[in-house]
Amino acid sequence: MPENSRILIYGYGNPGRQDDALGVKFAEMAEEWARQENYENIETDSNYQLNIEDAIIMKDKDLVIFADASKEKLEDFKLEPLKPRNKTDFTMHHVPPAFLLFLAGELYGYVPETYILHIKGYEWEFMAEPTMQALLNLQKAFGFIQDYLKDFIQK
Amino acid sequence: MGQKITIEPVTRVEGHGKVTIHLDNEGNIAQTRLHIVEFRGFERFVQGRPYWEAPVLVQRLCGICPVSHHLAAAKALDVIVGAGTGDGLTPTGEKMRRLMHYGQFFQSHTLHFFHLAAPDLLFGIDGDPLKRNIIGIALENKELAVQGVMMRKYGQEVIRATAGKKIHGTGAIPGGINKHLSEEDKEYLLNGDDPINIAKMIDWSQAALEFFHDYHKKNKDIIDEFIDFPSSYLSLVRKDGALDIYHGVLRAVDPEGKKILHDVDYQEYYKYIDEEVRSWSYMKFPYLKEIGTKTGWYSVGPLARLNTADFIDTPLAQKEFEKFKAYNNGKPSNKPMHYHWARLIEILHAAEKMKELLNDPDLLEGELVIKGNKSYEGVGLLEAPRGTLFHHYKINDNDQIEMANLIVSTTNNNQPMNEAVNQVATKMMTGKQKITEGMMNAVEVAIRAYDPCLSCATHALGQMPLEITLLDQNNKVIDNKTSV
Repeated sequence: MPENSRILIYGYGNPGRQDDALGVKFAEMAEEWARQENYENIETDSNYQLNIEDAIIMKDKDLVIFADASKEKLEDFKLEPLKPRNKTDFTMHHVPPAFLLFLAGELYGYVPETYILHIKGYEWEFMAEPTMQALLNLQKAFGFIQDYLKDFIQK
Repeated sequence: MGQKITIEPVTRVEGHGKVTIHLDNEGNIAQTRLHIVEFRGFERFVQGRPYWEAPVLVQRLCGICPVSHHLAAAKALDVIVGAGTGDGLTPTGEKMRRLMHYGQFFQSHTLHFFHLAAPDLLFGIDGDPLKRNIIGIALENKELAVQGVMMRKYGQEVIRATAGKKIHGTGAIPGGINKHLSEEDKEYLLNGDDPINIAKMIDWSQAALEFFHDYHKKNKDIIDEFIDFPSSYLSLVRKDGALDIYHGVLRAVDPEGKKILHDVDYQEYYKYIDEEVRSWSYMKFPYLKEIGTKTGWYSVGPLARLNTADFIDTPLAQKEFEKFKAYNNGKPSNKPMHYHWARLIEILHAAEKMKELLNDPDLLEGELVIKGNKSYEGVGLLEAPRGTLFHHYKINDNDQIEMANLIVSTTNNNQPMNEAVNQVATKMMTGKQKITEGMMNAVEVAIRAYDPCLSCATHALGQMPLEITLLDQNNKVIDNKTSV
């Protein structure tokens, strides 16, 4: 990642529902890390869910990493490249990240390199604190992304 | 042989819904039902928590309309801290909350129109499912899609400037608000670089209405004739009868416009409104007690608000309101597709109101909080984008919440949505053996007119899938379809 690359780290989920907070917590950690390391080219954002207006902040980025809690069968986390896809979920008050990518392409004629970081979660009740295991997964995922971005910077 | 069709759940509707359509031996519609799985977990969850936490806690319900829950809870707690019943706050407190609320309305209604409703209108009820979203709009009319995205962005920026942050905003607190609007945010929202400024938002709101009027002229079959059934309507109105989404009195009118709930104080809503439990649905059915369970149901939301209000206190929206009223001969519109029309008028109203508030010096200075004598019970009501939202709390001597009751907008629209599904199913599915995409979407279009947020209505956790199933009278599956 050249030093002038524009990077967005976007975590989403509901922090009031235990492990659903993982994406938002990831973005908070990334924000703090970028501040400490003086990575001014790393921007962070977070929300309950993605929606159509988020296409705007993707249009001038070189790299986007979405972070979300996952119910998938994962050991801890998974980083997955994302391709634009014109398919929404059954619920349309939020949009999937691949749809957002497609929308950015249609509106602005540009699709940044994008990944989604799935972080394994376990419990989804009305509680503010994630489970211990989920927090461990978050730490592992964060360490991985730190190394990934550092490598990218040196390329 | 009688049959039952199940549509489960409904696309472009938040949360989980399932529609079952029962056919009789001749293939006629015998019965339709919209099933929604409801958990009452949230009310139990807040029990025992300090009352002042409620405005933040209730945002955990769902991330779709957290501002509405945030403000409704704060209004209920205003009563508990002795700050009056919605109109007792300081000018700064009330106006900041109102600005937050109009921002929420603007972004929520915008999403519904550009992402959910307009695709149905542009591509037709049986249009390609892959085009029935904002991508389809972008392919057909890129400028319109960009407007939708930027209007959403503007509403979100208003929320950020007033609630403090996008997630778990803390702006409204019992008795008021925790901050002023900054000069910087005021200037940004009023006169920001194109297109993020209020003048552009008003222009685009008018353009969206023009788009609708043009479509309406050419497609009366969809807007006027697709669904049409008599309903009563309930909403808050200002004491002088004006449309007011933040505070007022409760009014209900019958399908002809006759008042059946006469501008009552919502602190006593339970004297007038009750909820019926039906064995086949987890979601309750609210009704007006005086009329009874059978015919006492009512609709809420944008159409209900325009049907109950006497006027709108912003000039551009008032002109549109007059057109709307004239088109319906001064009586309530009983056409659920007019929800889209009403929603667009409310977008314009919200934009005008935001302009008015952004120019108000009270937002920049003045007392933020007021408190008086504590009481042990409070009700907070407001008009959420989808309709009337009730929050009712009781606390104990330790300041812990002892009882919470929430009636959310979508629950209020339970029976009307069932009525709409019944009418569309009867029209589209009578005598049919297979569920087509067009038929399925027709049912969904009817439900989407109400913009239900089933995640809220069900107080449910997580996400749930979508499916249609057709069953015979013995509940044997004869067709099954999953929505795209």
